[in-house]
Amino acid sequence: MLSYILRRLLVLIPTILGVTLLTFSLIRLIPGDPVEVMMGEHTLDPEMHAAALTRLGLDKPLYVQYGSYLNSLLHGDLGQSLKTQVKVWSEFKSLFPATLELATMALLIALLFGLVAGVVAAVKRGTWMDHTVMTAALTGYSMPIFWWGLILIMVFSVGLGWTPVSGRIDLLYDVPPHTGFMLWDAWLAQQADPEINSGAVWDAFRHLILPSVVLATIPLAVIARMTRSSMLEVLREDYVRTARAKGLSPMRVVFVHTLRNALIPVLTVVGLQVGTLMGGAVLTETIFSWPGIGKWLIDAISRRDYPVVQNGILLVAMLVILTNFVVDILYGVANPRIRVQ
Amino acid sequence: MMDYQEIWRAFAHNKGAVVGLFFMLIVGLLAIFAPWAAPHSPIEQYREHFLQSPVWSTGGSAQFLLGTDELGRDLLSRLIYGARLSLLVGLLSVVMALIPGVILGLTAAFAGKWMDAAIMRAMDIVMALPSLLLAVAIMAILGPGLLNAMIAISLVSLPAYVRLVRASAMSELQRDYVTAARLSGAHTLRLMFVTVLPNCTAPLIVHATMSFSAAILDIAALGFLGLGVQPPFPEWGTMLASARDYIESAWWVVTLPGLTILFSVLAINLVGDGLRDALDPKLKSV
Repeated sequence: MLSYILRRLLVLIPTILGVTLLTFSLIRLIPGDPVEVMMGEHTLDPEMHAAALTRLGLDKPLYVQYGSYLNSLLHGDLGQSLKTQVKVWSEFKSLFPATLELATMALLIALLFGLVAGVVAAVKRGTWMDHTVMTAALTGYSMPIFWWGLILIMVFSVGLGWTPVSGRIDLLYDVPPHTGFMLWDAWLAQQADPEINSGAVWDAFRHLILPSVVLATIPLAVIARMTRSSMLEVLREDYVRTARAKGLSPMRVVFVHTLRNALIPVLTVVGLQVGTLMGGAVLTETIFSWPGIGKWLIDAISRRDYPVVQNGILLVAMLVILTNFVVDILYGVANPRIRVQ
Repeated sequence: MMDYQEIWRAFAHNKGAVVGLFFMLIVGLLAIFAPWAAPHSPIEQYREHFLQSPVWSTGGSAQFLLGTDELGRDLLSRLIYGARLSLLVGLLSVVMALIPGVILGLTAAFAGKWMDAAIMRAMDIVMALPSLLLAVAIMAILGPGLLNAMIAISLVSLPAYVRLVRASAMSELQRDYVTAARLSGAHTLRLMFVTVLPNCTAPLIVHATMSFSAAILDIAALGFLGLGVQPPFPEWGTMLASARDYIESAWWVVTLPGLTILFSVLAINLVGDGLRDALDPKLKSV
């Protein structure tokens, strides 16, 4: 097992180096004067321009520039935002919990409903239930989620008034940021000061639910389809027939004998959905004004805050790579045959 | 070689796929004949008709069947012209990813060794980034616009093609007919494109269909973020960018462009599902 983990780690190194090369080139491919791009300034007199060029190391050859970029990355220096002058890493750190909370909630919704829908469709194959699930799943898979968000706001926030339109919690509540996870912080605040903050957790939940549903839509559809086809495959296996023939209850056959084995391919798909979730977060956070890293990156791009764009993208890529690495390891744990290859 | 009649019979067996195909034919025809099909110009602003509701609701008139937008432009005409952009962009970005994808995938499979490793690692890097985020980043460099959006979308969909072609070519390379062709003296280029490639087309066609619908979604998402097609050109996603302001007042401005995107993408995915079942029952994808 250890050698399997080490082998997977070794494969990561060229990928990570490649991503740094990509983010390094990203900023150098932008047309225009590099000093203007890096400093966000429009007119500098020639002397200051030359000074800036030297200070930023832009007068050195590209491979030296890449070397010093890597060097600063290894020292944890991700540069600072042109607009706020705050370090990119501390901005990321403070905004990331919002995205993580949203993505976790979305993944939970997608897993819960996706697995149930997939199992039902497989067990009731060919019935109206199967057709309904599959049609709904294909519709969800085809959904332009930014529009889906608008429709949900139109119906549930504006029409029925059940949920707020945007943000994470009502300004009425006094919730000090401890963990960055609003549900958790609201609960802490509610415990600390029940007078002012009664109902804070519920309010945070009402803010969270619509964006999570929007972000969950595509992963849910993918998980439902994958679970169904994986279940159908396992249901044909001899050991399932044996289990049935032994007289085990249908529930036991489905949940103990079939689902456990059917979950292995589903696990990989869930891992791949992390990228989808991060991409979806860009759209979802924009629609719901959710203060996470998706909205942060889009804002940075629109105001040409290139250090944030460059290293924000690097951080997101690292996140995706690491999650896929963890999924790979879990896959090895769940399926010993993989480890030997 | 493929037996077209049998494929069509298997495809026609799938009712959803036929409905999808029919729907896409209509959308395609409307797009081609947009100047004749659309009742109005897509960019003309009728100053007396801001945000007029569709014909069936109160305040609507037969002059503007699906109502007008915030600048008094006919929504139906904009949707019809929008089909041109969406289909064209989708189609072109599929081609722009397909051709290099096939070449790189075949090269990786045939060359092997360091060449294979280099190509696949490069693809891993592109795949490490969420595709929409990468597309947005590319747009940040290239600047907003139609052509740049196509480049961004085809770049992010490239790795899937490379992997697919490489995998199917590798499994074909084990077959006897390839060995036979090689022994009879066929050179590598001939082996790649004439011997092996035709036998990899089934999964490629299915994947191209699916990535066509994904491209339509992506171009709409970029348009929505203000990075894709620039106004006043009618593009489905761009039409939704300003729709948020009319959630309370004009539901048709919000609903109709999105429904058009959803139905088109759904129709193409239905066709893709049908093609997969018809072309290669062994294929499974999500």
